[in-house]
Amino acid sequence: MAVDRFPIEASHIMMFARSVGDANPIYYDADHAAKTEPGAIIAPPTFMQASAQFDPDYSLRPKVGQPWFGSGKEPTGVKKGDSGGGGNKGTLHAEQHFEYHRHPKVGDVLTATVKPGKTWEKEGRRAGKLIFSETITEYRDQNGELVVTARGVGVRTERPATQG
Amino acid sequence: MALKASDLKVGGTHTATLVKDLKRTQLVQYAGASGDYNPLHTDDLFTREVAGYPSVFAHGMLTMGMTGAMLTDYVGDGRLTKFGVRFTAQVWPGDDLSASATVEALRDEDGVKLVDLAVSTRNQDGVEVLSGYATARVDP
Repeated sequence: MAVDRFPIEASHIMMFARSVGDANPIYYDADHAAKTEPGAIIAPPTFMQASAQFDPDYSLRPKVGQPWFGSGKEPTGVKKGDSGGGGNKGTLHAEQHFEYHRHPKVGDVLTATVKPGKTWEKEGRRAGKLIFSETITEYRDQNGELVVTARGVGVRTERPATQG
Repeated sequence: MALKASDLKVGGTHTATLVKDLKRTQLVQYAGASGDYNPLHTDDLFTREVAGYPSVFAHGMLTMGMTGAMLTDYVGDGRLTKFGVRFTAQVWPGDDLSASATVEALRDEDGVKLVDLAVSTRNQDGVEVLSGYATARVDP
């Protein structure tokens, strides 16, 4: 997701670390973090994904005054053929890769730019035809330095893919 | 505490329990923190009746996030240089997850000591739900 301004904030990191069950005090306590090798509260390894919060057009967040595809009175808030309403057309997350040039820390203000990658198809055993597509996101800091490169692969399935 | 190359052996494995009896509330918590409000992870009615799955299931990135905590607890703060995964099976409420990092190689790159790890996360039935790799800087 392309983001013009992704400020790395302590309370966001705290909430994110809690949600993944990570009790490491470097994510909660600035005094503790100051005594660690990084010397500050840093982003947990998968935190760049939370840049979605700062993407105004992110399709998986309900938006004020717009329809939403989750349930209310009905199992979905959008009718067949409606445009909008959020969602990602049945795409599931197949792969995610991060390369850390340095670990972002509280106070950094990042930008994210997105480049499309490869697309390919595969015949799945249970879910029918699988269409894979790759997205490369480059996160840069306030000095224009590349800090994290993220490569995500999404897969669209013909049928629900229940595994495991 | 960072790892020392001299303490590591190819084939050595670190394991950790990530979660026992994964709660739906944790999926809600992850949705709120990450900003990914896909109803597939928090809205059972939508997920069963519209999407056609038996119930809500975990964000792949929640499994990767929990696995990342196992890695940083092992290699130390700020030491990862790469971390990548494939999501190989879905994770459901009620699942128990455990993860492992296995030393694949110890090497030098531009005078920096690195460890390459194979990463795997499995559920209570032994099914691999995440398969990946990580590289971290280590002390000599």
